[in-house]
Amino acid sequence: MTFSPELEARLAKLLASYPAGQERSALVPMLLYAQDEVGRITPELVAEVARRLRLQPAQVEEVASYYSMLRQRAAGKHHIQICTNISCLLMGGGELFEHACRCLGIGNKEVTADGKFSIEEVECLGACSWAPALQVNYDYHHGVTPEKFDQLLEVLRQAE
Amino acid sequence: MLYNEPSPLEVKVLTRRFGLPGGPTLATYLATDGFAGFRKALQLKPEEIIEQVKISNLRGRGGAGFPMGLKWGFVPRGSDRPRYIVANADEGEPGTCKDRLLMEHDPHQLLEGMLIAARAVDARAGYIYVRGEYRYIIEILDRAIEECRAAGYLGRDILGSGFDFEVYTHSGAGSYECGEESALLESLEGKRGVPRIRPPFPAVAGLYRCPTVLNNVESYSAVPAILRDGGAAFAALGTPRDGGTRLFCVSGHVNRPGVYELPVGFNLLRLLNEVAGGIRGGRKLKAVVPGGSSCPVLKASECDLSLDFDTLAKAGSMLGSAGVIVIDEDTCMARVAARVIRFYAHESCGWCIPCREGTAWLAKLLLRLHEGGGRRGDLDLAVEIARNMLGRTFCPLGDAAAMPTIAFLEKFRDEFEAHLDGGQCLFEKQPAGVEA
Repeated sequence: MTFSPELEARLAKLLASYPAGQERSALVPMLLYAQDEVGRITPELVAEVARRLRLQPAQVEEVASYYSMLRQRAAGKHHIQICTNISCLLMGGGELFEHACRCLGIGNKEVTADGKFSIEEVECLGACSWAPALQVNYDYHHGVTPEKFDQLLEVLRQAE
Repeated sequence: MLYNEPSPLEVKVLTRRFGLPGGPTLATYLATDGFAGFRKALQLKPEEIIEQVKISNLRGRGGAGFPMGLKWGFVPRGSDRPRYIVANADEGEPGTCKDRLLMEHDPHQLLEGMLIAARAVDARAGYIYVRGEYRYIIEILDRAIEECRAAGYLGRDILGSGFDFEVYTHSGAGSYECGEESALLESLEGKRGVPRIRPPFPAVAGLYRCPTVLNNVESYSAVPAILRDGGAAFAALGTPRDGGTRLFCVSGHVNRPGVYELPVGFNLLRLLNEVAGGIRGGRKLKAVVPGGSSCPVLKASECDLSLDFDTLAKAGSMLGSAGVIVIDEDTCMARVAARVIRFYAHESCGWCIPCREGTAWLAKLLLRLHEGGGRRGDLDLAVEIARNMLGRTFCPLGDAAAMPTIAFLEKFRDEFEAHLDGGQCLFEKQPAGVEA
């Protein structure tokens, strides 16, 4: 399995961060950075990471299955993660999540037929004072009303 | 970009560089007393550095409130094992959004704090464990680390002192439990983020079973000022047993939600009314969750109190990570409680049974109740399940789920009961959402 030169550089820097003999420390960030490029945690990716860190594939899978950002199924190109935890809930995060699902015609953790969008109801994103908040991939959006969500969707669609 | 307007009542120690022209660069940092604390530390013996941190009365800002100087003092002297500095930037306690700002607007302050800690315990390497969602923060930190290395503030022979120290960022990948210190260390070692049985504590056997200083981002970020101006000056800002300032994250139904740096001991009602502009829409205050979702809720009548660890503990709650969540009179507390317990059920790592089973059953009970399918005995059953979790888990997540659940059920029992026997949610027709 081959990665882009950018990802290889990132992984090389990551591996150099840990003391000799402690390369396993790179496992979680390595899976996340690789997923950003590959799209999901595939069996091939598990095998590749296991080979690089001298682990068994089962050891990699055991860890990968624990973390909520690591996914077995691909997300949409624009992965919309809406927080509905307490501070966002108080400010309309629940209604925002339902609005987003209606707009895109999909449910939680589903992907639109064209593969462009996916929605996930997530836990606290650390944006509580600027609620309701969501992330599109890694980009934050604060104070998102249903109207602002519609505008955001329009911008994302036009960027296609 | 600052996300909210500052308040004139703020006392800016950790946030004083926020929004400076020029942005969070090393040049800005050096022009505003950057590394003055470390230069002071270079003239002190390690135990003198720790003494200043003890004098500062700084209590851990991650939520547990353990005195930071005491924690540093637990690192064994003269051990031949490597020692590590770890910053907990896995900010995930619902209601808390302050570490993100400290790293975004003043990353060098965190690095200097870790460097001073390294000098105090003679560590050579430090890791910042950043939650996976904060990718842009990792990029900011990596740039700041590169700047510091290039200018000789990190790396080999720092400022000609002969002292070496490197800092690295490390990304998590979505797990609230990894904010718990021992689970964080497991995750940093490339494993599932489940807690370790303690003792030994991280100061003795932490990362790679080596002595480790592990503190929250806000705690480290206070260290440069503590060394620069002396521990006593920092302590004097707060209360006698809880020194300094804190970044209070005000969220929910106020006119001016935001993160505000205020002295420890600031009055909660003043925070709501004078700093955060009062309850929005002219409504009345119903309740406050004072320190993040793990902290038992306070009724409006219980809110005239000083925001410090001891006062909140006496009031039956906690100051936690200072996530002040404000709830107005039009909010259904059964809905809030159900959402909060659903979070803990999702995040329970499953390692120990009282938490894994307790959170799952509480979530089932409270969600069913809010949806109108509750039965008469459910409220007492939920309290009994929650009580059975208290103190019976390896890590604090079990208590963090049980304590607020008990408080919601006991203090707002009438709102839960209104849902029973086919009763309607009293608030469903007025969702407490964003006003049109």
